[in-house]
Amino acid sequence: MAKTVIYLDVNGVRHEVHCEPRKLLSDVLREDCRLTGTHVGCEHGVCGACTVLINDRPARACLAYAVQMDEARIMTIEAVAQDGRLSPLQQALHECHGLQCGFCTPGIVMTFEAYLRENPSPSEAEVREALSGNLCRCTGYQNIVRAILLAAERLRAETADV
Amino acid sequence: MKPAAFSYHRPRTLDDALSLLALHGFDAKVIAGGQSLAPMMNMRFAQPAHLIDLNALPQLAGITLEPDTLAIGAMTRHHEMATSSTVRAVCPLLAEAAATIGHYAIRQRGTLGGSLAHADPAAQLPLVASTLGARIEIVGPDGSREVPAAQFLIAVMTTDLAAEEIIRAVRFPAAAPLERHAFEVFSRRHGDFAIAACAVTAVLAGDTFSSLRIGVGGVADVPLVLDDVASGFLGETADPRTVARIAEAVAGAIEPHDQAEISAVYRRDVVKALVTRALQRVTAGTAGMAQHG
Repeated sequence: MAKTVIYLDVNGVRHEVHCEPRKLLSDVLREDCRLTGTHVGCEHGVCGACTVLINDRPARACLAYAVQMDEARIMTIEAVAQDGRLSPLQQALHECHGLQCGFCTPGIVMTFEAYLRENPSPSEAEVREALSGNLCRCTGYQNIVRAILLAAERLRAETADV
Repeated sequence: MKPAAFSYHRPRTLDDALSLLALHGFDAKVIAGGQSLAPMMNMRFAQPAHLIDLNALPQLAGITLEPDTLAIGAMTRHHEMATSSTVRAVCPLLAEAAATIGHYAIRQRGTLGGSLAHADPAAQLPLVASTLGARIEIVGPDGSREVPAAQFLIAVMTTDLAAEEIIRAVRFPAAAPLERHAFEVFSRRHGDFAIAACAVTAVLAGDTFSSLRIGVGGVADVPLVLDDVASGFLGETADPRTVARIAEAVAGAIEPHDQAEISAVYRRDVVKALVTRALQRVTAGTAGMAQHG
């Protein structure tokens, strides 16, 4: 199948990509954009490891074909830390021991970077509902939930200070 | 887990989309949110030669309040239906059900039209559309037509939609004044495919049922709306004893398949529990009341 040319805005950088229509967004991010922070687990939308933001909304990169994303704005885990400083969510995951092997972490960070913007004061039940879309086989989730609630608290305090 | 090769089309007008479908028909699949189709393509259960993407057709998305009806464009995402104040006020059962589909990230992309066209027998939106008597607006080469959801859904993953047609919108009747609702779904893992689901709407006159609709999903090839069962309880007192009798009657009226992983006995028990929960919420007044009217 002939390759097509698409343009992706990934983390504010414009990428010209030549790929077959069948190539997954997750594979284009990793292989063509050389951004391997987006992890590939199940490739059918169940595990959540490949979650990125497409035009600011979280989505499975394995359930989108890159050709569909021509001229779209993609944000990946590589753009979350600013100037080497972890985001409040990343910092909270670090402090709460919210990761062990780290494979699922990029997907969890991307999901909740978006989720906490939409719902800055989630209950624990709401966090657990939103987290149900990301599989973690190490932690048992307890520390991830604690980290997200801590990050939400700090983000609210940050906003209140402004 | 990589799909087979396909040609990609991204029509910018509905006419272009219909022309492409007329041309490629049976060799083509329409992709909306892709949250069911892409997994099937990645696993090569589906291998369309042509993929026609509706994501450049914003006119297919949106929520419009019409007299007594809520018209929702086929490309409207689950998350928007779950969080829209209009849907929550006018068609609260739909909003509640949409919030239970898959996971947060899945709901950002999955669409109303995609879910109906996919017609998974355990899915939320076909169940809600059937229970509420929604009408599906279909557009094709010969113009548009409207089909009631119950006629649109024919069998497992089989609908009335022809190869050259597209769903344009779905019209849900607005909830009646004082109508109560509840949606209950059960799966082994949160957000996974449902073992069964149940949708209920009811109006109470004093403490008796003056209207009652019960839909059950996941127990047959298509969602079942049990009007014969429900009508037998009109005028009865909405108390725990009646709730138990209704749940028993629903469980007796269905004939779920006996499967290796999920036996018919178990599925019937799940349905009984879900109907009981939904009716308890509806009769206790803890279910959301319709906000308008």
